[in-house]
Amino acid sequence: MSDSATWTHEGFEMVVGLEVHVELATETKLFSGSPNRFGDDPNTNIDPVSLGLPGALPVLNRQAVELAMRIGLALNCTVQSCTFARKNYFYPDMPKAYQISQYDRPLNIDGHLEIADGIVIGVERAHVEEDTGKSTHIGGSGRIHGSEGSLIDFNRAGVPLVEIVSRPDIRTPEQARQYVNELRAILLEIGASDARMEEGSMRVDANVSVRHPGEEFGTRCEIKNVNSVRSLGRAIDYEARRQVALISDGGVIQQETRHWDEGDGRTHTLRTKEDADDYRYFPDPDLVPLDPGDEWINTVRSQLPMLPAARRIRLAEVTGQSADSEAIATVVERRQDDYVVAVVEIGGGAERVLVHVKEAFSEQGSEPSVPAVDLAALVAMEVGGELTSTQTKTLLGDLVEQGGGDPKAMAAARGFEAMDTSELDGFVDDAIAADPDAWAKFCAGDGKAMGALVGHVMKASRGQADGKAVTAILNSRRG
Amino acid sequence: MSTFQSARSIAASVSTGESSAVDVVSQHLARIEEREEEVHAFNLVLRDEALQSAERIDERIAAGEQVGPLAGVPIALKDNLCTRGIPTTCSSNILDGWRPPYDATVVSRLADAGAVFVGKTNLDEFAMGSSTENSAFGPTRNPLDTSRVPGGSSGGSAAAVAAGFSAMSLGSDTGGSIRQPAALCGVVGVKPTYGAVSRLGLIAFASSLDQIGPFTHDVADAALLLECMAGHDPGDSTSIPQPFPSLSESLDRGVAGLRIGRIVDLPSGADADVVASVDRAFEVLADAGAEIIDVTIPAFTYGLTAYYLIAPAEASSNLARYDGVRFGSRVEAADTNSMYMATRGEGFGPEVKRRIMLGTYALSAGYYDAYYGKALKVRRLMAQDFATAYESVDALVTPASPSVAFPFGSKTSDPLAMYLCDTYTIPSNLIGHPAMSVPFGAGENDLPIGVQVLAPAMGEPTMFAVAAELERSAGGNHV
Repeated sequence: MSDSATWTHEGFEMVVGLEVHVELATETKLFSGSPNRFGDDPNTNIDPVSLGLPGALPVLNRQAVELAMRIGLALNCTVQSCTFARKNYFYPDMPKAYQISQYDRPLNIDGHLEIADGIVIGVERAHVEEDTGKSTHIGGSGRIHGSEGSLIDFNRAGVPLVEIVSRPDIRTPEQARQYVNELRAILLEIGASDARMEEGSMRVDANVSVRHPGEEFGTRCEIKNVNSVRSLGRAIDYEARRQVALISDGGVIQQETRHWDEGDGRTHTLRTKEDADDYRYFPDPDLVPLDPGDEWINTVRSQLPMLPAARRIRLAEVTGQSADSEAIATVVERRQDDYVVAVVEIGGGAERVLVHVKEAFSEQGSEPSVPAVDLAALVAMEVGGELTSTQTKTLLGDLVEQGGGDPKAMAAARGFEAMDTSELDGFVDDAIAADPDAWAKFCAGDGKAMGALVGHVMKASRGQADGKAVTAILNSRRG
Repeated sequence: MSTFQSARSIAASVSTGESSAVDVVSQHLARIEEREEEVHAFNLVLRDEALQSAERIDERIAAGEQVGPLAGVPIALKDNLCTRGIPTTCSSNILDGWRPPYDATVVSRLADAGAVFVGKTNLDEFAMGSSTENSAFGPTRNPLDTSRVPGGSSGGSAAAVAAGFSAMSLGSDTGGSIRQPAALCGVVGVKPTYGAVSRLGLIAFASSLDQIGPFTHDVADAALLLECMAGHDPGDSTSIPQPFPSLSESLDRGVAGLRIGRIVDLPSGADADVVASVDRAFEVLADAGAEIIDVTIPAFTYGLTAYYLIAPAEASSNLARYDGVRFGSRVEAADTNSMYMATRGEGFGPEVKRRIMLGTYALSAGYYDAYYGKALKVRRLMAQDFATAYESVDALVTPASPSVAFPFGSKTSDPLAMYLCDTYTIPSNLIGHPAMSVPFGAGENDLPIGVQVLAPAMGEPTMFAVAAELERSAGGNHV
């Protein structure tokens, strides 16, 4: 059985931990003054430090540390005094042939993240490190093996990263997706990263093993090249099934790094443990220990915005909906909840406001173009019976298109004036006269016949009649 | 001993217009012309550049400008200091063709003080050696006896001053690479407190040990040069964020009332003539009013071993960037790994390779704790032992080098014998304290002997007071 809540396969459960790399949204690189900007011409945002030129020295970027601390605090980590270490390995887009990272003393440790249904995923650490350059392999398959040549863009070299390492607490593909989605929402909320998986500013590797529940952890494989949240679920599911099948056939899982192939939907061996580099970590002698100190930590903590989980709870309270509802999740994900709260504060109609924002503002950002007062006025008209729901939708479309406006004037311009009862009575008379059969059936108790009569009224009133009011008149006439 | 004009007197006469910078520089260039073929102090003589900058200095002085405390002083730079647009080789084939796009901080500071750079001096490849025999461009000869080495690794800089090619020079000292060649060439050489002089633009050998320092004819010139180059640099994270103390008052202070330590458990191995000079130094200091106090530094004897793990470990990482990808020489090969191996195999000399292998091994998984980790413990122990000694003394005096200048080839076949040259100099690097060698007496074949003065971190004023006293008592090197 495998659904969103549980995943078991031939009696095995999956055990998954995620390593998420996020690029920090700093002005400049982690150890130099070159701009941290995606999409510029190759090798324009470089300097002696980014290129690892002889004699160049790193100087730590304070903004990067602050954003990394925000991540740690938002994930309930302990922020501690820490050191930088060198991770040594040769690769053409790794300028110094070592990456400055954190090893035995990371900045953030021992945090957690809560996903749906109160499930808590532990966060082992969230450490600071620098990104590498980017290789483009010319010819062949596009991978380094068999290519004719490689071009290297060092714009990304030295861009600050935080690697967030979860504990192996994830048991289903859905939990993995929820973890990444929630993490992404947090990163966006705290302004630490734009967290775009497709642009590579958020990269997810998964450590997957399987076991019979209650047993020791199995041997894990690390899955790389997962480029979307959807792929993450697929890759984990595939990998866990592969491992179960192998064990069931009497095989043994080898610790290795595997590459997810989006095309064939499988993972493939990238390198085995024997081929793994010995990174020879040691403290980077070019940098001094970093001790953020209580004062800085407390300042950063006090400046943290309301996080998505708290936002969902607040929006649920304001709108009277369940915090788990799709509308709440969607609006908070789009970061439009502040807006909804503001509209509701002006004019009430919370449930309608939530629906309208969810339905009509999907293309809008966290600050919709329609001023809150305008949406509040529209909802007030709707709730007050001045507009039908159809009319409201039409006007909402106009508001979005025009970036706001006075709903009363717009209603008048559209000719959406609420009809008084005598006018409606006239339309109902006409409808009964036009379709006496329907009226007879309706009077005889055929509820479906009412639709035809209402349709007549709507057509005659060019959609301006309030369907509910028409129904009420018909019912009262039938007696 | 020295018959050459001091930098102070050059700067004074150039500043007042008494002599022209062009004349001063021309005199030094003439001496280079005369003896450089024999001595080979330089990898590159900056003849035209030096004359041009001397002309500019003369013009500025004629225009009434203040040029600075080093106005018109010819200075030679060790060829591991980056000079913008000028080849910087570390005496290695692997940097063939590389021109740094920037000046080291010390280079710009000295230029701002009015210095004229006459050339880039030879060194043991990547500063690894004690005789300058490890240069890819051939050895430097000791100007005092050209059948002997000048010491190393800053042998070219020591020889340049000793031969009168420049009034001052800069070297770098990782385990004694300034003090030992200063001793062997009969000049003053200083390794400042770690962090007193910016390492930005110094091509790293072992970052936690490297420090740039002066070679001069006398102690007062060394004080002047150090004052011009020391002081906080935000571009070097390990730079001390405090003003560097003034040294000029120390020179005439004398040693009355100072407590000077004699290390009774100093490792043996110094030649008798060297031991005799150091003994006489203590007598002279006592006569001048210092109190000589016996101290023990048990960890001193482990310094060499710890150094030959820590320095190669850092070097193995620092020198990984010479991979043929971005700069310097590249040997083309079929694939990336073969290119790395061919480039590094051809580009590095045997001593550099030996140390890269030593360091890689010391940091490897399974060996780290036994080697690098243990060396770090020795380093901490060393710091404690020195701190204890400095509770009862203000400075320490030891030999700088175990012997006077030795003949070419006498230690090249035995790396360990060569490593022993650094026995007395290494501890100061391991603990970041200042130390300097001052010529004091002569030994075999009337070759100069250097006495080393050590002081606690930022204790340069005391160290210079003691060195100046030794210089006065030795008959002085003043003109």
